[in-house]
Amino acid sequence: MTVIGERSSYISGLGQSAVGRNLGRTEMDLTVEAISTAIADAGLTPADIDGLVTYPAGGNGTAKGGFGGPSANAVQDAIGLRLNFYSGSSDGAAQLQALVNACMAVATGLAKHIVIYRTVTESTAQKASGRRGLAGSVAELEGEQQYMMPFGALSATCWLAPLARYHMDKFGLTREQLGQIAVVSRANAQLTPYALMRGRPMTMDDYLAARMISDPLCLFDCDVPCDASTALVISHVDTAPDCPHVPIQINALGSASWGRPSWYEWEDMATFPGRDPAAQMWSRTDLTIADVDSAHIYDGFSIITTLWLEALGVCGTGEAGAYIEGGHRISRDGELPLNTNGGQLSSGRLHGFGHLHEAALQLRGEAGERQLAKQPEVSVVTNGAGSTVGCALLTRGLLS
Amino acid sequence: MTARTAVGAVLPMRLRPYLDDDNRAFWTGGESNSLMIHRCNSCQSWFHPPAPICRRCQSTDVGPQKSSGRGTLASYTVNFQQWIPGAEPYIIGWVELLEQPNLRLMTNLVDVEAEDLSLDMPLEVVFEAHPDGDLWYPLFRPVGAAS
Repeated sequence: MTVIGERSSYISGLGQSAVGRNLGRTEMDLTVEAISTAIADAGLTPADIDGLVTYPAGGNGTAKGGFGGPSANAVQDAIGLRLNFYSGSSDGAAQLQALVNACMAVATGLAKHIVIYRTVTESTAQKASGRRGLAGSVAELEGEQQYMMPFGALSATCWLAPLARYHMDKFGLTREQLGQIAVVSRANAQLTPYALMRGRPMTMDDYLAARMISDPLCLFDCDVPCDASTALVISHVDTAPDCPHVPIQINALGSASWGRPSWYEWEDMATFPGRDPAAQMWSRTDLTIADVDSAHIYDGFSIITTLWLEALGVCGTGEAGAYIEGGHRISRDGELPLNTNGGQLSSGRLHGFGHLHEAALQLRGEAGERQLAKQPEVSVVTNGAGSTVGCALLTRGLLS
Repeated sequence: MTARTAVGAVLPMRLRPYLDDDNRAFWTGGESNSLMIHRCNSCQSWFHPPAPICRRCQSTDVGPQKSSGRGTLASYTVNFQQWIPGAEPYIIGWVELLEQPNLRLMTNLVDVEAEDLSLDMPLEVVFEAHPDGDLWYPLFRPVGAAS
């Protein structure tokens, strides 16, 4: 019998720091803001927190890349936490591995109230040292990067553009269809107070006129680096009666990696690695894609979102272009509202955690001006692409 | 008539791999014009990147063998962003080698203009030496496009 241990966990607290460009604040300062907000939001104090998890492993500095954020150890020491469980890793089900780790710690009884967080200062870092691509100042490459970066594939843009090209050539995906991911996200961002692109609406003509980065991906197919920290408190369901909010339960997780964890050697060019965690997630629940009321799908690049729609079973392989045609189905009042905060494409590259935070906020019914008219009961969150992918299904209230 | 995309054949600089016992044959085979790909001596399957074990049958009786150096274009992108200062637009290709389905390399396509690319077109390897002369980057060009 399959144990669905993640249902022992629910989201009790939400914290989002300031989001901006070149905020001039340290990664620890942003992290403390997000975590303090999340703990207070859960009706808890730092003394109640006995677990701390981040993605990735942390510690490359506010202005030195700005990707890692502070380590769990550093945050524990700064805030003065007494922990029964802590971890940080870039291996795993993308950014959602932090949630997976927290759920496992709750299910095993290692910890009861766990803060998970993700901090980025990529905007400040790019101002300090320029936009160098991923290689930075590496002298000699090792691991999988050595088979990609020597060929000028110095950004994930270059690793994902070939998938967009493939879907255009084989399935007829058009730039106008792909552009709906960016255009719908931009429209959503107009209602999000922290969105970088609030007040800067974008039309399809604007999208089509943008300069190419890695053809067929243009500037607006790429997310926007920012400075921010996002934190959530993951608690044991036994504590739900004390939570000041409707509990948002972790209904099912997807962390599988069955095929090759590779950007360019995934076995089936028509699909992508998100297929595996999606299949695993659906095998752990009686809910189906038809039950999903809002989708918070990773959008580091618009093509990722498109491929996740197919991986989740929203539509069949090669059919995402037709599904998003015109943007109606994925808009706020459509059948599957997508990235209601504007996503990383328009609110800022919160790197996975923004999707998790927004899903929980919508499920609570606390999203303010951008709250969906029809209260969501079930939401799906996905993170990652290529060699690192994961997903989660969340419910408003506790199911057995 | 639209202008054709000018594509640089050579990047202003290429990052170096760190050579070890697993990858040395792949990165130095170009000296003898050989695209060296790891192969299992037990089940005969090919695999990339090189590793000390066969990912199909887990045999450790594996090693580099000379491949045909031929393949087809699985997909590609024309890169415009200057991740490398001064770089002209260049083509990053995913090449599926003839030896086995889904045996792919990431590489650059040369001796071809972007408008002439099409998925599944036949390609052949051509090597570019590192300026230090101690390793060779496998690039690909359309079959018969020798310059």
